Amino acid sequence: MIRHETIEKNVILLAVLTLITVSIGGLVQIIPLFTIETTIERAEGVRPYSPLELAGRQIYIREGCYTCHSQMIRPFRDELERYGHYSLAAESMYDRPFQWGSKRTGPDLARVGGKYSNEWHYQHLVDPRSVVPESIMPSYGFLVRPLKFDDIEKHMRALQRLGVPYTDEMIANARDDLLAQANPNADTSGLLARYPKAVTGDFDRDVRRVTEMDALIAYLQMLGTLVNFAEVTPQQLRQ
Amino acid sequence: MGESIAASAGTVAVARTQPDYVEDVVRAFVIATVFWGVVGFLMGTIIAWQLAFPLLNLDLEWTTFGRLRPVHTSAVIFAFGGNALLGTSLYVVQRTCRARLFGGNDAGWFLFWGYQTFIVLAAIGYVTGVTQGKEYAEPEWYVDLFLTVVWVIYLVVFVGTIMKREEPHIYVANWFYLAFIVTIAMLHIGNNLVLPIDLGSAKSYQLSAGVQDAMIQWWYGHNAVGFFLTAGFLGMMYYFIPKRAERPVYSYRLSIVHFWSLIFLYIWAGPHHLHYTALPDWAQTLGMIFSVMLWMPSWGGMVNGIMTLSGAWDKLRTDPGLRFSVTAVAFYGMSTFEGPVMSIKAVNALSHYTDWTVGHVHSGAMGWVGFITFGAVYYLMPVLWRKRELYSQRLVSWHFWIATLGIVFYITAMWVSGIMQGLMWRAYDELGFLQYSFIETVAAMHPYYVIRALGGVLYVAGALIMVYNLYKTVTESEPLPAPAPAWRPQAAE
Repeated sequence: MIRHETIEKNVILLAVLTLITVSIGGLVQIIPLFTIETTIERAEGVRPYSPLELAGRQIYIREGCYTCHSQMIRPFRDELERYGHYSLAAESMYDRPFQWGSKRTGPDLARVGGKYSNEWHYQHLVDPRSVVPESIMPSYGFLVRPLKFDDIEKHMRALQRLGVPYTDEMIANARDDLLAQANPNADTSGLLARYPKAVTGDFDRDVRRVTEMDALIAYLQMLGTLVNFAEVTPQQLRQ
Repeated sequence: MGESIAASAGTVAVARTQPDYVEDVVRAFVIATVFWGVVGFLMGTIIAWQLAFPLLNLDLEWTTFGRLRPVHTSAVIFAFGGNALLGTSLYVVQRTCRARLFGGNDAGWFLFWGYQTFIVLAAIGYVTGVTQGKEYAEPEWYVDLFLTVVWVIYLVVFVGTIMKREEPHIYVANWFYLAFIVTIAMLHIGNNLVLPIDLGSAKSYQLSAGVQDAMIQWWYGHNAVGFFLTAGFLGMMYYFIPKRAERPVYSYRLSIVHFWSLIFLYIWAGPHHLHYTALPDWAQTLGMIFSVMLWMPSWGGMVNGIMTLSGAWDKLRTDPGLRFSVTAVAFYGMSTFEGPVMSIKAVNALSHYTDWTVGHVHSGAMGWVGFITFGAVYYLMPVLWRKRELYSQRLVSWHFWIATLGIVFYITAMWVSGIMQGLMWRAYDELGFLQYSFIETVAAMHPYYVIRALGGVLYVAGALIMVYNLYKTVTESEPLPAPAPAWRPQAAE
């Protein structure tokens, strides 16, 4: 057994032993999450984000929405009634980074999709207090500006490299799909085949151009809508 | 070179020569600590007022809460805390090793400017919307890479200085600083494994997603608390409290035991940020158990720090700088008791997602990190600028009481609002319906948000008193009679 004095007199030994000591916990907690198959449930319906939703998610991250809104419903009765079914690991399996959040200054958004109309979201983002007088959310009127999406293929290509199941076809159609999702007059059959349940239409009272507002609302409207819980069996939810 | 001086002075063992310590850089770090402290506290106060009065978001994209909150957290943790840690560690490692900084002035200035550049790059990113979207790890990949380079140099400089030490033992403060440097390197790299979408783009994607990303993030996030805000500042405690109290560390054995148990246990505590989420239960349970165990080494550190005052308790009355350091350790004890309590799943079910967590963090950040740093700064200022003493001890006392009052406002408001909101969310009426809509619970927070913001104002006010006091110390305090080296025996004393 080495005496502590030995460690106190050898900085390399001290550093190496420290590194070993602080490595153990992380290794035990992190590695099994990649190797145990049941870490992510077998719920069906979760798909990668459509190009417009992906762009909207970037805006959600850019504006730091996660500093006030969680996307993680806990398995409690009150949360079930307030927000819906508790969140599954499967539902955020394509989220890089995850946006579960740690604070609910505003309500949880994990299942906000479909709860409000596009028009409500537009109103609420431009002037939160016009629809919810006591709200303390900042106004996001500045999002009514053209969405920059020249690099949407690069985003999808990077995600594909990391293992997100974007096909080359999806990437080739990225721009068309993005434009089609925000255009109520577009043919969206290809988009919906590639991204089932994507919410299409006009999101921001302006059909002529695609704005950051369009992208953000398209993202919010899909949150929590992909898994059909009527068809999920308890076995599939085993972790 | 000074050997002959010591010899001619006719003194014995103690009068070994003081090496030519690198001090300009430490002075710069102390100034940066104070500067970023004021910036960070002020940003916190601004966003606290935004939560009470949302019009203060100004309807501009650069000034919304969502973009300014990372500016506040990074300014306080990485700018204020980081500069304090780098500065004091470079000071302490030289003194306790009796060795000039490895790499000398050049390495020191590289660290200083490299670190300030990291802070500014990160802050510009947040305000303009460049962020990874991971709490306390918001900087994008290019800033992360830059910081990695600076950090590796830091490790080399720190270890290099220890290697050329004249003292046989590595002093306990240096173990903690070393653990902080090594572990932060591991966490920073582990949590920022990303693929940029293009080398010309600021945007990148994480290698891991969803539940794995969540676990890695809080492995990082909780240990940013454990190693940046705890281990590093314990290093500060182990040097400045014994120095100021002129007493040896209470128990050497305790410092060994609590060092190894603290660094071993802390790493496991991350999952308590993910209770009742989609993280598998086994990981949550592990996180909870280790968080509760962590209480013991934490209090080991507290006992060792506070009991160092044995036989010198009277100094608390006469030395307000020491009062800061000791109160800091008391706050450390309180937060590290509250933390394990909140990590128990049944408690966490109530506290998670509420202001209780915010209050907990702030009792640690304002009470422990802030106060131990103020204590160190008040000690260092006269020493580094070769002054007999601070400009005014009275002003230190004012700073102490105003800041303490600010913390009390802050944490009591957050306890009340957090527990109240948690209870309101789960309240049912007599018919079995949820009693409150979400927005009613938001409206109920308003008075507490105002009280919290007032607490922040007091804390900022205290910091401004410190700035004034330090400025006056540098410009007006009476210099030490003899120039450096300051330890030289003086006939007059």
